[in-house]
Amino acid sequence: MLTNPKAQQRIGDILVTILLSLGAVTMLFPFAWMISTSLKEQRYIFTLPPQWIPDPILWHKYIEVWEKVPLLYGFMNSTIVALSVIIVGTFTSSLAAFAFSKMRFPHKEKLFMFLLGTMMIPYAAVMIPQFVMFSNIGWVDTLWPLILPGLFGNVAMIFFLRQYLTGVPTAIIDAAKIDGCSFFGIYWRIVLPSIKPAIAAHVVMWFMGIWNDYLGPVIYLTSPRKMTIQPVIALFNSYYASQNDYALIMAASVISMMPVIFIFVFFQRYFIESLVISGMKE
Amino acid sequence: MQTKVSIYKQEKRWAYLFVLPAVLQFFLFGAGPLIYSLYASFTDWNVLFGVRFVGLANYREILVTERFWKAVYNTFFLMLGTPIGIACALMLALALNRRTIGSKLFRVIYYLPSVSSVVAISILWTWIYNYDYGILNTLLRMVFGVDGPNWLYDPTWIKPSLILMGVWRSFGATAIFYLAALQNIPQVYYEAAKIDGAGPWQSFWRVTLPLITPITFYLLVMGVIGNMQSFAEIHVMLSNGGTEYSGATIVYFLWQKAFQNYEMGFACAVAWILGSIIFILTLLQFKTMRHWVYDGS
Repeated sequence: MLTNPKAQQRIGDILVTILLSLGAVTMLFPFAWMISTSLKEQRYIFTLPPQWIPDPILWHKYIEVWEKVPLLYGFMNSTIVALSVIIVGTFTSSLAAFAFSKMRFPHKEKLFMFLLGTMMIPYAAVMIPQFVMFSNIGWVDTLWPLILPGLFGNVAMIFFLRQYLTGVPTAIIDAAKIDGCSFFGIYWRIVLPSIKPAIAAHVVMWFMGIWNDYLGPVIYLTSPRKMTIQPVIALFNSYYASQNDYALIMAASVISMMPVIFIFVFFQRYFIESLVISGMKE
Repeated sequence: MQTKVSIYKQEKRWAYLFVLPAVLQFFLFGAGPLIYSLYASFTDWNVLFGVRFVGLANYREILVTERFWKAVYNTFFLMLGTPIGIACALMLALALNRRTIGSKLFRVIYYLPSVSSVVAISILWTWIYNYDYGILNTLLRMVFGVDGPNWLYDPTWIKPSLILMGVWRSFGATAIFYLAALQNIPQVYYEAAKIDGAGPWQSFWRVTLPLITPITFYLLVMGVIGNMQSFAEIHVMLSNGGTEYSGATIVYFLWQKAFQNYEMGFACAVAWILGSIIFILTLLQFKTMRHWVYDGS
């Protein structure tokens, strides 16, 4: 039977599926444990052997958590940062990408290489002068240091959109030029609509990056009400771990992950494509 | 001709305007701070007392700071996670590439941890690694009847624990890159290998592996750059760099110096050493690239 390649293939497939399923259980198990802990009554959290399915199931930690911590502020602040950076930053990035791929100007390639070079600079190497700069302006413990740099665009996005624009025919743009369309008009009416899918893909990735950012917010934000979601959760963890209130900590963590997980599940097709394209083209 | 020239002039002007924000960003938040931090690394820069030039004093002090060397050692140790993660990712991608039932669902499941925030994941794994009540030690006790170590407090286990968590978190995302690379391999190569009498094992070593070396290279370079800068999990999971400082990374050490001790000049010197290490490692990878990365010939 094993000499038959079809049968061999099928046996292989079955084995692989079993292995993948076991792996998938390992991947999901920690999440399940997290949710299970968040629904337990305090005294059952530390029972051995552990309760796999909480009995009774208590949802009140998910309500309590909103009263206990500035979680709502965390959500609000992260949303403010993400929205302003993404809306303005997408605009500036796509303009630059348009110029770099379809317009003629001196030193274009050199300039682009310089910008790409910034992707190689570790954040740790620039964060200290940036911090001192922002603290001299008096912006420590405000959202500005997290917002302002992003408004000028995102090099990864410029790179990504430029790659994508190479697939858009230059002839259309030349025709518009001859018809006397202004360059901003070309951008607005021709370029922007044609790169919408690429923008969507990159925005998803960008949003996750901003939502999950930790080092920046930890440096700049000190008062809980000013914090974005990640430092809020971390602060919360260090505070309630000493009180052993793991159900509350897990509930807060679950809530903090919800937005990105929803976005990921809805947009995963775009997201994965974008990741792959930006990786493949190097 | 007249109009053509003026169109080009106009085009130039508009183009400069369009790239202006990106260029400003480059100077204000990239090159500017970078150069300033190089200058600051030669100063005794303190928030209270201002800037005083001290020459190489910071660098000399770093070289005799025990914690710095510990952080360097830890950072390199944790980098083991990069090749381990890449190997796991390749195996996963090969499995997913068989397009069995539910492979799309599997793709999402394996990807899930890498979109969740490092903070939430770190909190979750702190709980998993809990010595008394953590699920890992509970399972070890129930299934194998052994007592697990105190993962996040025992100096010998801190780094392996961090690596395990890191691999779990990121290999699903890495696998997506491999999956795309695998699907790009033309079927004819496999057919040719088959005609030459190659079994599945041989065609994997002779066809698949060489053809995906460009993506392996990309993943290795990006993985090393990323891994050299890990901070969040250390900050969330360990207090003060862990027992005997055995979990602290270079970025963690730098953060402590800059934002807990306010020794900004010293921290800038550390940042430049970190940047140089990353640069050298990347350069080394590019230098050795032609020996093992497939370039189409």
